Amino acid sequence: MKSTTIESLPPWLEFFTFPSVNVLHVLLGCIILGVSAGLLGSFAFLRKRSLLGDALSHAALPGVCMAFMLTGTKNPAVILCGAVLSCWVGALAIEWIVKYTRCKEDSALGMVLSVFFGLGILLLTHIQKSGQAAQSGLDKFLFGQAASLVERDLYILGGLGLFLCFVVMLAFKEFKIVSFDPDFAQAVGLPVRLVEFSLATLIVLAVCIGLQAVGVVLMAAMLVTPAAAARYWTNNLSRMLWLATLFGGLSGAIGAYVSYLSVKMPTGPWMVVAVTSIFIGSFLFAPQRGALARARRHRLFRQKTAKENILRTTYKFAEQAGRWDTPVSMSELLQHREMSMAQLRKTISRLTRAGFMDEAHAGLFYLTAAGKEEAERVTRLHRLWELYLMTKLEIAPDHVHDDAEEIEHILTPDLERRLLQELEGELTDPHGQQIPGGPTATAEGSPSK
Amino acid sequence: MMTMDTVWILLIGSLVATSCALVGCFLVLRRLSMLGDAISHAVLPGIVLAFLLTGSRNIGFMLIGAMAMGMLTAFLTDVLSRFGKLQSDAAMGVTFTWLFAIGVILVSKFTGMVDLDVDCVLYGEIVLAPLDVIEWEGRGFGPRAVWLTGIVCVANILFVLLGYKQLKVCAFDAGLAASIGISVGLWHYLLMGFVSLTTVASFESVGAILVVAMLIVPPNTAYLLTDRLSHMLLIAVGVGILSAVGGFLLATWLDGAIAAAMAVVSGVFYTLAALFGPRHGVLAKHRAHRQLDLPFSEEAELES
Repeated sequence: MKSTTIESLPPWLEFFTFPSVNVLHVLLGCIILGVSAGLLGSFAFLRKRSLLGDALSHAALPGVCMAFMLTGTKNPAVILCGAVLSCWVGALAIEWIVKYTRCKEDSALGMVLSVFFGLGILLLTHIQKSGQAAQSGLDKFLFGQAASLVERDLYILGGLGLFLCFVVMLAFKEFKIVSFDPDFAQAVGLPVRLVEFSLATLIVLAVCIGLQAVGVVLMAAMLVTPAAAARYWTNNLSRMLWLATLFGGLSGAIGAYVSYLSVKMPTGPWMVVAVTSIFIGSFLFAPQRGALARARRHRLFRQKTAKENILRTTYKFAEQAGRWDTPVSMSELLQHREMSMAQLRKTISRLTRAGFMDEAHAGLFYLTAAGKEEAERVTRLHRLWELYLMTKLEIAPDHVHDDAEEIEHILTPDLERRLLQELEGELTDPHGQQIPGGPTATAEGSPSK
Repeated sequence: MMTMDTVWILLIGSLVATSCALVGCFLVLRRLSMLGDAISHAVLPGIVLAFLLTGSRNIGFMLIGAMAMGMLTAFLTDVLSRFGKLQSDAAMGVTFTWLFAIGVILVSKFTGMVDLDVDCVLYGEIVLAPLDVIEWEGRGFGPRAVWLTGIVCVANILFVLLGYKQLKVCAFDAGLAASIGISVGLWHYLLMGFVSLTTVASFESVGAILVVAMLIVPPNTAYLLTDRLSHMLLIAVGVGILSAVGGFLLATWLDGAIAAAMAVVSGVFYTLAALFGPRHGVLAKHRAHRQLDLPFSEEAELES
């Protein structure tokens, strides 16, 4: 005992030398499972049927039991056939319910799940009661046991996994069109029913690959979570598929690794925890669609809006006073803008830092030269839009302000040029105020009258 | 033949069926059918944690832990779909499988200390225990489950009676509900709370799979048979109780798990309603189509 512990590497390193062939089997099995589930789960996810995997993996149980009852063997190929058949019947039942009854999709999934699973449990208990000694191990399909994977299982799983990847590669275009827009697919003459049917069959196969390793419930996770995580990173389907397979495979490997380190630890749940961690990371930190990035964009836009509003209001005061550097007090600004004192203070300090405003005396602020230019730009957009709404869309002058209030923060320079061209150098807005910077821009942009 | 145990089993089954059918109708109408499944799996870590923290198998603590997890599932699903822009079914899938995985890990980690079997928690004592009525519900044990499911059943009935109007408006038209001053969020979470309570309280006696089935199969059966919410609730309760009785008979005949058999029987009832329902059944619709076609085909025959 002692000599082995001295010679051997620490367990966390030893794993990578694959001390026994069994370790390698488990690792490969988990990776195959993760990859195929991630790949097919993406299509279920895009078709807004994320819980299809959950329903189908439960629907496999009666098939497993029936295969055993009929043949009396636990040959994985036979059991797998039973599982595939019964999953497949479940998939058809879901289609049938959605198509021919008034029940909704979520109900169809839930009913197939619970009734099929109930049937499976009923058969399982029946087998147990009837005392067939060989039944022990059937219930590992409920929770899965990756450690029980042997070489023979691996060939079946590996073959199926390769087959799935191959079919998806061949029929990528068809799957893509049907997943995104079945009506369009129908219109361009694709055999939509056939494609949907084969997609469902592939998902069934992917579910059955996973059952033995991670069990019924956790298989559902391997179908949903990699796809949901991948979706945060890209808007491109093929990239999403690559990412989902990567996430699936990676978490498969992590699950195998953890369960190697601690014998008591089950592989399946750790796979799920790994893939969910990847999901949480993606949900929070993905650059475009992630929650933090979106919250940041949202905040920046709110700040920009607040700044532009204050600039425009200050400009309006200055305009009325006749001097563009007329100082304005905070209370005056507050009368015209719905914001709290704290918000106003923050916004003004941001504007001061950006060099757009400066403090004259305590609590009195005026526009700097740069601030004047910026304020003129926003005011110009606001008034141009009001004018455009009134002259081109014939909206009453007292209805245009609110709309302009929102759009002034969004209009791009390009749109501004177009507006100037459309309006052909009008100088005053519907409320009789001058459009700042309008005439010069018009003089450059369009021929004089 | 009718022993006391049979009575207890039928009573528990009927109480569970009634509770589930009542809240289930609203789940079905709000297209949240999978929520029962989600909650019934997600409560596992709550039960284990309650056991680890208090060290007792006191049903009260477990109920609290499980309820907390049930609400957490509803809440996380909400957060993910709102702030993560995720489809709500995917959000649900991610959440409950994650919680379930954590639960299984906890069970494996403390397997020596916890006298909790995952099978036992999720499937009642059905999978493992040989189906002996006395062992399934021992004499001193049975009444407690009856009490528990009975109290939950009464709570559910009161909830649906008192909140009938609000639940109805929220289920059919959330926008209208908001505009007439009903807090949609509050009633959503109240409903989630009662679903969690029902799911959790029914575990011990019947197991998760029956709860999931009873939550949605009888309400969907009723949905095929009527267009009125009040009728739907009553029919769902009736179908639920019939399924419980039928399941018991089936299980006795097949010598299998009672709860599973009840789920299967409810599926049979649904299939019957889907095929032979008077108005929304497949055959009735088919006949209606035929009648509509008839004048045209007669005309076509006349012309030819």
